[in-house]
Amino acid sequence: MLQSERVLEEAKEAGKNKLVLVVSKGTIDMLYPALVLATTAPAMGMEVDMYFTFWGLKTLTRKGVRSPKLGSVGNPGLPIPNILGIIPGMTNMVSWMMKKRIGKYWPTVYDMMKMAKEAGARIHACSPTMGFMGVKEEDLIAEVDDIVGASTFLGWAADPKTITLFI
Amino acid sequence: VSASEGQLKADQVLDAKGLLCPMPVIKVNDAIKKLNGAQVLEVLATDPGSKPDLAAWAKHTGHQIITVSEEGSSPKVFRFMIRKKEA
Repeated sequence: MLQSERVLEEAKEAGKNKLVLVVSKGTIDMLYPALVLATTAPAMGMEVDMYFTFWGLKTLTRKGVRSPKLGSVGNPGLPIPNILGIIPGMTNMVSWMMKKRIGKYWPTVYDMMKMAKEAGARIHACSPTMGFMGVKEEDLIAEVDDIVGASTFLGWAADPKTITLFI
Repeated sequence: VSASEGQLKADQVLDAKGLLCPMPVIKVNDAIKKLNGAQVLEVLATDPGSKPDLAAWAKHTGHQIITVSEEGSSPKVFRFMIRKKEA
């Protein structure tokens, strides 16, 4: 039996059929893994709740959803010497390079979010983050279902059917 | 028709070649929704993860992967015959 099948078997026996994702980062490298899971889980018959907080929340704004970046500082995985990461404009350049590469295979962050949403995923904005980041309700993209806080999140996470990941 | 008879005929063909995870699974899931129960979807994919991923998807959704074959190299093409779960 394949590893993935074994893990699923166990998850199924435990009745796990819900996925809760905390999306705390707004960079390309952190958004895509979350969105890949959020688009796939509904296809597997699972429910999905995405909780966007801190820099993840910026992705739910009309401006942020179109311009996710990739950090060029402190990112040893880039094909440039690490020290060059501090050069002004480098973040935009590596972001552009990465988007170009990813764009050959995957839809944009916003399109992936729409796909997840159409497939049934629910998108939640973190209320305290909106407060201290100065994000207004009218700044949010239409795909956002609601604005919630920690108790709501813990309510989902407490469900024994739920798998919770912090990304 | 059983796979062993070699007569398996697809009701629909999905070309997912060149796509990476999660797109093959998502497209397969969309395509199978449009079929009737027990109809067969043929899927072509080059993503090396598509084999374990579709196996996991089938296990979870109850659709049945009847056969998987591999053809060619660079890129290797996986051919799946998937029977939709009876309603």
